[in-house]
Formats: sequence, C-alpha cells, structure tokens
Amino acid sequence: MNAPKRVSATGPGAAKACTVNPLRMSQPLGAALAFLGIDRSMPVFHGSQGCTAFGLVLFVRHFRESIPLQTTAMNEVTTILGGGENIEKAILNIHKRAKPAFIGIASTGLTETKGDDVAGDLRRITAAHPELDMPIVYVSTPDYEGAFQDGWAKAVKGIVESLARPAATIRGQVNILPGCHVTPGDIVELREIVADFGLHPIVLPDLSGSLDGHVPKDFSPTSLGGTRVADIERAGASEATIAIGEHMRPAAHALTDKTGVPAKVFDTLTGLEAADDLFAWLSALSGRPVPEKYRRQRSQLVDAMLDAHFFFGAKRVAIGAEPDLLWALGAWLKEMGCTLAAAVTTTDSPVLAYLAAEGARIGDLEDLEAQAHGCDLLISHSHGRQAAERLGVPFLRMGLPIFDRLGAAHRVIVGYRGTRDLVFEVGNVFLAHGHESLQSGAPAGADEPLRASGFEGSRACADARHDHDSATEAYWP
Amino acid sequence: MDSLANTVQQVFNEPACGKNLGKSDKERKKGCTQALQPGAAAGGCAFDGAKIALQPITDVAHLVHGPIACEGNSWDNRGAKSSGPLLYRTGFTTDINGTDVVFGGEKRLFRAIREILAKYDPPAVFVYQTCVPALIGDDIEALCKAASAKFGRPVIPINAPGFVGSKNLGNKLAGEALLEHVIGTEEPEYTTPYDINIIGEYNLAGELWQVKPLLAELRIRVLACISGDARYREIASAHRARAAMMVCSKAMINVARKMEERYGIPFFEGSFYGVSDMSEALREIARLLVARGAPPDLEARTETLIAREEARAWSRLAAYRPRLEGKRVLLITGGVKSWSVVAALQEVGIEIVGTSVKKSTKEDRERIKKIMGDEAHMIEDMAPRDIYKLLKDARADMMLSGGRSQFVALKAKVPWLDINQERHHAYAGYDGMVALVHEIEKALYNPVWAQVRRPAPWDAEVAS
Ligand code: SF4
Repeated sequence: MNAPKRVSATGPGAAKACTVNPLRMSQPLGAALAFLGIDRSMPVFHGSQGCTAFGLVLFVRHFRESIPLQTTAMNEVTTILGGGENIEKAILNIHKRAKPAFIGIASTGLTETKGDDVAGDLRRITAAHPELDMPIVYVSTPDYEGAFQDGWAKAVKGIVESLARPAATIRGQVNILPGCHVTPGDIVELREIVADFGLHPIVLPDLSGSLDGHVPKDFSPTSLGGTRVADIERAGASEATIAIGEHMRPAAHALTDKTGVPAKVFDTLTGLEAADDLFAWLSALSGRPVPEKYRRQRSQLVDAMLDAHFFFGAKRVAIGAEPDLLWALGAWLKEMGCTLAAAVTTTDSPVLAYLAAEGARIGDLEDLEAQAHGCDLLISHSHGRQAAERLGVPFLRMGLPIFDRLGAAHRVIVGYRGTRDLVFEVGNVFLAHGHESLQSGAPAGADEPLRASGFEGSRACADARHDHDSATEAYWP
Repeated sequence: MDSLANTVQQVFNEPACGKNLGKSDKERKKGCTQALQPGAAAGGCAFDGAKIALQPITDVAHLVHGPIACEGNSWDNRGAKSSGPLLYRTGFTTDINGTDVVFGGEKRLFRAIREILAKYDPPAVFVYQTCVPALIGDDIEALCKAASAKFGRPVIPINAPGFVGSKNLGNKLAGEALLEHVIGTEEPEYTTPYDINIIGEYNLAGELWQVKPLLAELRIRVLACISGDARYREIASAHRARAAMMVCSKAMINVARKMEERYGIPFFEGSFYGVSDMSEALREIARLLVARGAPPDLEARTETLIAREEARAWSRLAAYRPRLEGKRVLLITGGVKSWSVVAALQEVGIEIVGTSVKKSTKEDRERIKKIMGDEAHMIEDMAPRDIYKLLKDARADMMLSGGRSQFVALKAKVPWLDINQERHHAYAGYDGMVALVHEIEKALYNPVWAQVRRPAPWDAEVAS
C-alpha cells in the first residue's frame, strides 16, 4: 500500500495527525475529471452517493457547467454484502437514461475498504448484457491514498490500456496526454500550435471539448464533447506521444508498451526554455521550421520578461498546488528571479526532488500559511483565500477548484503566448502591491535600484499591513 | 442493534413528523429515505447533512474523521455567516491513510483532537464520523468520551456516516447529537421572559441578521439559534428558552419536539420567507412567549411592528409589480422552501408555472395547493432534459432553483436565480423578500438576454 508521505511544518519529522485546511482532494475526483474529457461520457463513483454529490458541487463551482457524474449508491448493507449488484444496476440505469458512449468507473474509500472485485464484476456484467455497447473503464482510486493528480493519471493510463490498439503509423498524427493541471484553454492553445506544424493531434483526455464553457445546441445528460472513443482506439497509429507533466509519464509509457508509439514527456510547458523545448521538438518531428507567428510570440515573451523582471527579482512566493502545477509555476518563477518561500504539494512525485532545495513537501494549507509570512505572493486554489487574508498577502488563484473567480477554464499558461500573459498577470500583482505612488511620474523602473538594495524586506512588511483588506481582491477585476 | 442504528430508528419514528402520521409501523421502520437508484441518484449523504446543520456553530472546531474525500472535496463551500469567530471555516480532518484503514483510525483521531485543542483552543470539538472509519469499526462515541475526560473539554461525536442515508437524515442525526451531548450542559448568564430558540436556521448569506433586529426591537432575545451564527455556549444553554421556532420544514423537527418534551419549551413551525409568513412568525413567537409569562403588551407591540414593516415592504414591493406582473417563474427546489417562496412571489404578481414537490411533505403539498389553487403545477420529479425543454419552449420566463441545476436554465438562455444554500443574497425577513424580488427583476431585465439570444450572423443568413 502506497500511503502518502506525511511531512509536517510543526517540527522536523514530526508528523501531525490532523490535516488543517486541506490542499489535497481525493483520487476519484481526479479520475472523474479525466473521464469527463471523453466524448459523451458518464463517470461513476463506486461508493456512497455523498461522494458523488461533493465531487459534483466542486466541479460545478469551478467550471460553472453541468457535470455528469453518477454513483453506485452504496449503503451500509450493500457495502458489506459487496457492490456487484449496485454496479450492474448503475450501468444499466445509465445506459437506459443517458446512452453514454463511454462509462468510467472509479472506486472510493468505502468500496476499497470492503475490497470489491470490480474488474470481476464488470466481466460478469458485460457478459450478461451484450446490449452494453460502450466501453467501460474501471480504475481503482481509494480516497485514502494519493491525491487528485494520481486519480487523473490512473484514469488516463486505464483508458489507454483498455482502448488503444497497435496500428500502422499515420504520418503527422500525434497524441497529446495533458496532465490534470492543463486547462481547456491550454489544450486549445496546444492544439493550435501542433496543428500549425502540420500535425494532427489526438488529445486524451480533451477537456477543451467538454468543459470549455460553451452553449450546446441541445441538452445532454453526458459530457458535451471530448476525445472520441474511436480516436482513442486510433492513438496507436500516431507518430509520437507528448505527455505534459511528470504524472503523465506512466500513461505515456503504457501507450508505448501497448502500441509502440514513442513518448516524449514535457515536465512543463510554461517559461521560455520549456516553450523552446516544445517548439524545437515539434519542428524536428514535423520537419518544418517554426512558423513566423511563433517566432514573433517568442520575441514578445522575451520582451515581456525584459519589461517585467524588475518586479519579479527577489520576490518571495509561496505555492500550494498539485505537484506538476507546483513545478510549472515554481520553475518558471525561479527563472524570473523569484524565490520560493514555500512549496507545498499533495502527493508523492519526482517534483519533490526537483524542488528539494526549496523544501518542497506534502502538506496542507496550514503548513503553507505557516511558511508564507511576509511573502510577496501566495498561490493556490481558491481555498488559500483564508490564509492569504489572514497573512495580508496578495493571492493568485491557480489550480482547481477556483470557485470565486470567473474563467478558470480559459487560463492559458503554456507556450510563448501563455507564458507572456502569465508574466503580465503575475507582474501586475507585484506592481499593484508595490510602490505605485513612487512610480507615478518617474521613468519606468526608476525605483528599481531601491528594491535591489534591500528595500524589499521592509516594503513587504509595510504592504502586509497596509493591504490587509484589499490584498486578496486587488487584481482579477 | 448498535447505538447508531438505534438513533436512526428513533429518528424515523419521529411522531411530530407529518409524513409519519400516514404510515404503517412497517413503513415507518423503513424510514423516509427512499431507496436510492444506483446510476440515477443525486444528493448529499448523511455526513453532508450533519455538517450543514452544525458547521454554522462558529467557535467550534469541526473535525471530520475520514479519508480526505469527505472534507478535502467539500470544505469551505457553504455560505453560513459569522458575526465573530471564524474557526468554523477552518477545515479539520484526520485524513486517514491506508495504514489507518488497516489498523484503525482511532489513535490518529485522538491525536488530532489533542493537536486542535493545543493549537486552536476551541470551546468544543465536534467529531464527524464518515463511511470508511464507520466500516472498519472506529468507535467515535467512546473515543470522544475518553477525549472529553482526558482534555477536560467537550468533544462531541456526530455519528452520521454518509452511507446511513440522506442529507435530511444527517440533519436529524446532528440534532440528536446536540440533544444527547450539548443542550442542557451549561447555564446561560442570565435569562429573560423574551428568550427564544430558533431551530433549523443556518444564517446563510447572513439571513438571520435580517430578522434579529426586528426581534431585538421587540426586546426578544435569541438565546440560541440552532445553529446559524451560534456559539457553543449558546447551544449548550438553549434549554432555558421560553419558546422556540422551527424553521425550514422538518429538517430538525426532532430537536424542537424533544426540547418541548424535556424542557417544556413550546415550539411552532414557521418561515422567514415571504411578507405574510414573516409576520405570522413574529406573531406566533409573541403569542408563545406571552403564554409562557412574558408581559402581554408584547403582542400589541408586535402588531405595531408588523403593521409598520408590512406597509413598508408592500410599498417597496409594489414598485416592482408593474415590471414583474404576469412573469412566469419555474421554481425547482427542495420542498422545504417551496410554499413560502410561492406565496411571496405571488405577492408581486408573478405567476408560478410549476414547482417541484419531490422533497415536500404532505403538509407542504397541501399548503402549495391552497396557495396555487390546483395541483397541476406541482412537478413530482422533473428530469433536467424536460426542464430544459420547458424553458427552451419559452413556457417560463425564469427559473429559480439550487445551484446544481442552474446550467439547465442558463444553457437554454433563460434567466436563473439561486435560492438554495450557495446563494449570495439574503432573502429572509421583510427586507429579504424585497431583495429577492429585486434580484428577480435584475435578472429578468438584464439586457444580456437579448444579446445572447441573437442568432449568430451565419445562422441568421440561413434563416433569412
Ligand atoms: S458518502 Fe461517506 S465517504 Fe462519501 S463523502 Fe459522505 S461520508 Fe464521506
């Protein structure tokens, strides 16, 4: 059993028993979101109905969309007797009412504790009901292990393993396996980039088809779009697979093992260097030069970095996020001259080693808050708002859930253009909380030497007091 | 039968519940939770219901014993407001891991309680049971008892693991926990003949604060609100109230009834939604207090206040009438608030084209029938697809519902307003009703509807 490591802020090695202000969400939720990236799909939690209700509310508040998510509705008695019958009823009911093209089932803590043999149940059910014509993918995602990101990764790996097949290579076709931190907006950006090299991407899962916030022509009880099952089956014909984020490595490798399609893992696509890697790789794969449009975008990013670096230098930033988002943001902020005052994450990952010098740890928002005193910026999902308010530091919402701001699905932080916009967004937060009055009338950057010469610390303290009320609300109009 | 099963049975047998009166013994045993349909169920679990009912107690540490799912996926997602302490908004969970599942989670729970007391020093810790520890047999009742004794601080077990039933059952089990462990354990600093309890009001969006000033003007003191904006001590000393009002239909009927039984506190069921309902509630409070010995002039003073407030509310509402008269509204909500909102909307000339009665009690249905005249408008259980079609066919101008179904309306490009617990506006009291009508008007007349319904140029070309 891979119990998550617990490291706490309360003393070296002293594990705390109580998680305070959770940063982490449970695995089945991540799996459900991955399933929601499949066209006309219906994710199901094998568990009690409350788990589904919570997941549903969480996604609804983040995406501001209807969320198809069902439950096997286990109760105390059915849990003890075994859930096979409930799984069967759930599948038949869903098939009858919603006619999905795909069903994804994720187990929960309850049914894992009992130890249901879901795979066996599914073999029996599909044999008994030949009318069930859609693929059903099951992943084991106990709530008491891992985190959201792990659930997503397992679901994608499970989908690949059960649906992808080896096939003769189609030139120009590439697979993209985005991590759970890649937004629908990011996917749209990536698809455009890849297509501009004359390549044809299959994105799995494709939240840009289902949760990009659009108005469909008619009501649908299933997901409104996403990767078509037929496309998943064709993924074995691609020339290559791009995985985004370390947590997508196992799924990419599973695809290689099953179909022979070679995989390239990009640990991040945020930042100049990371974007350079992507464009160089795409250019090599396609045999085409980088289009003029992106050369211009790169130049704009470089210019943005030149203009903005004054405001980033030596800023202290505290981040709480799922590992690969933490890495994407943390690595980029370091490239911009910031230091990481705290790096708290949710689950075990190679990222913990990448950020070892920064003391990256698995923890909760209480841990993050304890380390974030006097920092210049706190970044986490919306739940960090209370900590930011108490600390009186500027707060940037990143990740999921973001329930108190609009447009979470359309944030773009990948590629040259995404990074450029992120430079501006974060730079503006620093600007808004810096000495704006000093700057008025002075040439741009005129006060910068002051900051570089140790003015920083006292300013941060003053700001922490001064901004107490407005701090958390001052940007994101 | 273990103690939890016992309590659940007791709650199902609730004699004051109108629904129960019409049932046979056997039916009653089965309880009010309809058997859930796998693959076609929606709704929160008993733990969710218990948390909704108790989390509004603001100075208590609410500790969820379970895997990260129960608290991590749901914390800080409700709008109960506090006038003081903010500890209730801190998410505490034992976040049990695989090892705990194998060896039991009680040790971790005990240490978690100790950590919370040391770090946050709350007047009490509420420990919520969830499915996994219930399944592996963690005995939170015994553990809380031991922890209370060891730390000299109330540690209250809230034994409502999700899989025992619905949100509504969770509300009631939460009430049982208060009756069993909290109410009557402390004494108020002083009492007055005007002390009341309000039961089943959660101060969502600060609604209680639209009512409290009116009560204060009548010198009526809310000894305890169970549980909106409450402090632990207030709940613990709630048994000294002279009368009680039970809000929100039957969610906490067991608390009201047992407090009457144990402490002789008479109660009535009322609502703060709607002008006449609000007046009726004030009247009833005054009547009960006077019956229990409050100075009789209270009733006259109450009538004076009602007359003034109603006149003010009516004149403010009248201003909306020309713009709202004849507008057709579809009301999809848990039954609890249906009838009171229906009455309120009719007050400004809004036509209710349908209201859901899925979760309504028989009594609620009767009331709706009385208010709306016929049964045709009562919607038993409408599938989202059918609601969408109804709206798309323009058979309603607007939908009022809970947050979950909002996109059914918005995607049909029909105005929508949140009237459930995630809402951001307070609709209770006289001012609240004006606020609700104001929000409806704002939504209906937003120019955005004309914009978003415009055909795209390419579609328009095809059409012309
Ligand atoms: S159903 Fe059980 S496991 Fe799921 S959220 Fe409710 S208490 Fe937790």
